[in-house]
Amino acid sequence: MTAVGVPAPRPDPVRAIGRGALGAIRSVGAVALFAVRGAAALFSPPWFPGQLVRQLVAIGFFSLPVVGLTAVFTGAALALNIFTGGGRFNAEQVMPQIVALGITRELGPVLAALMLAGRVSAAIAAEIGAMRATEQIDAMRTLSTDPFRYLVAPRLLAAVLVLPLLTAVADTLGVAGGWLVAVRVLNFNPTTYIHNTATFLQAWDVGSGLIKAAVFGFIVALMGCYHGYNASGGARGVGRATTHAVVSSAVLIFAADYLLTSLFAHR
Amino acid sequence: MSAVPKLEWKAVHKRFDGAPVLAGLNLSVAAGRSLVIIGGSGQGKSVTIKTALGLLRPDAGEIALDGRDTVDLSEPARRRLFSSVGVLFQGSALFDSLTVWENVAFRLINADGVPRRKARERAIGALARIRLGPEAADLYPSELSGGMQKRVGLARAVVADPEILFFDEPTTGLDPITAAAINALIVEQVRHLGCTAVSITHDLASARTIGDEIAMLQGGKIVWQGPAADLDRTDNPYVRQFVEGRAEGPITGAVQSEANAVHA
Repeated sequence: MTAVGVPAPRPDPVRAIGRGALGAIRSVGAVALFAVRGAAALFSPPWFPGQLVRQLVAIGFFSLPVVGLTAVFTGAALALNIFTGGGRFNAEQVMPQIVALGITRELGPVLAALMLAGRVSAAIAAEIGAMRATEQIDAMRTLSTDPFRYLVAPRLLAAVLVLPLLTAVADTLGVAGGWLVAVRVLNFNPTTYIHNTATFLQAWDVGSGLIKAAVFGFIVALMGCYHGYNASGGARGVGRATTHAVVSSAVLIFAADYLLTSLFAHR
Repeated sequence: MSAVPKLEWKAVHKRFDGAPVLAGLNLSVAAGRSLVIIGGSGQGKSVTIKTALGLLRPDAGEIALDGRDTVDLSEPARRRLFSSVGVLFQGSALFDSLTVWENVAFRLINADGVPRRKARERAIGALARIRLGPEAADLYPSELSGGMQKRVGLARAVVADPEILFFDEPTTGLDPITAAAINALIVEQVRHLGCTAVSITHDLASARTIGDEIAMLQGGKIVWQGPAADLDRTDNPYVRQFVEGRAEGPITGAVQSEANAVHA
């Protein structure tokens, strides 16, 4: 408490900036170490294949409906927008190609990853955070089982494996959504639309999107595990961890998307 | 009796955000003995156990198991060394996503590589030892009462025949009858295994039942240690105040000065 008549110390902006910068560096370092430790656990036994299968189902299979629906509607909306925009300079006929390129290179992986960030990263953070709050992680360590091997590594691997598959589904359904609108609403010829899409798309368009998806999968699982594992403060801490997992996943997905897109841009 | 204690804390210090919780803790337990650490809330009882289990790293000092310092062990070495340790956590800490038998057999399956069928048999055997029938084996922890969860936690702690058992507030949150049953099971299991036990509690009835020796932790240090039978005979002012549950005394003074320090 400040005594009467004694002025409160003036905030030092330089110190505040320095403290913030150090905190940010510390956080980045902590996430990096966590990622390395989690990834390293994949390369030496013991492995927990049962946990991997459980995560493949939880992350992959149960995300199919939300990813599929998002892709269909996005493809349909994209088709309408490109048709409208292309009409301004008589380029409506390139709509199938642009839909296919936009979906496979960008929207398929990014939207699938964002759906996973909302559904899976939050669930992972909540589950592991609750385990931390109820001493289950401590119990696991006293039972001679490394939580990084049992909890973190299977989730990382499952997300890396599954998100490219979900993205392949999203790509297919996204293009199908565009096709549906083009044929039903915009009177495109269905066969020509498919032919134009198939002849235009290159393997790298799809492949680069799938590589992105694998990176995004790692980010989604990593953020969920990291924030859940480091949750503190009971139920409130678990809630905070869940929010941080979703927000940091989304931000990192966009940042990684730009970096990977610039890396793949000239191929 | 072996000259080397089974477990020993040597001048252990631990601080949280600058505040000392353990301040030069010296404590030991001989093999085959049951030591109960008593003390008020916030005196460092849980921290004491967690440092021994490697869940918290002390800032200074040594923690020796069978005479070997454990503080600087690598994680794999610690896992090997602590494969002979069983722990009953305060809230039981059962894994929600696993059934009762999978919880009990967790170490057997995941650390010891015992096949699931054999592990299930051993888990059901351990459940029987703590008076739970095989019908409980396929339930999930959320389907159990608090007392049953403690029993399952105890079965999980003893299933691998540990050499040392830790009990973190084993009767907290239980009614007196269930607490007495858990105490009796603990005594029975410790005797059956012939193992060393370290418990922390502020339940004096529990301490008297399960302890051969009792140590009182106050301000991060042991202020009294002696046979359980001496708990009611000692004239140590901290123990007297704690046992008699008086508001006034050296503990209250310490608590008050800590509260003042926090608010200063």
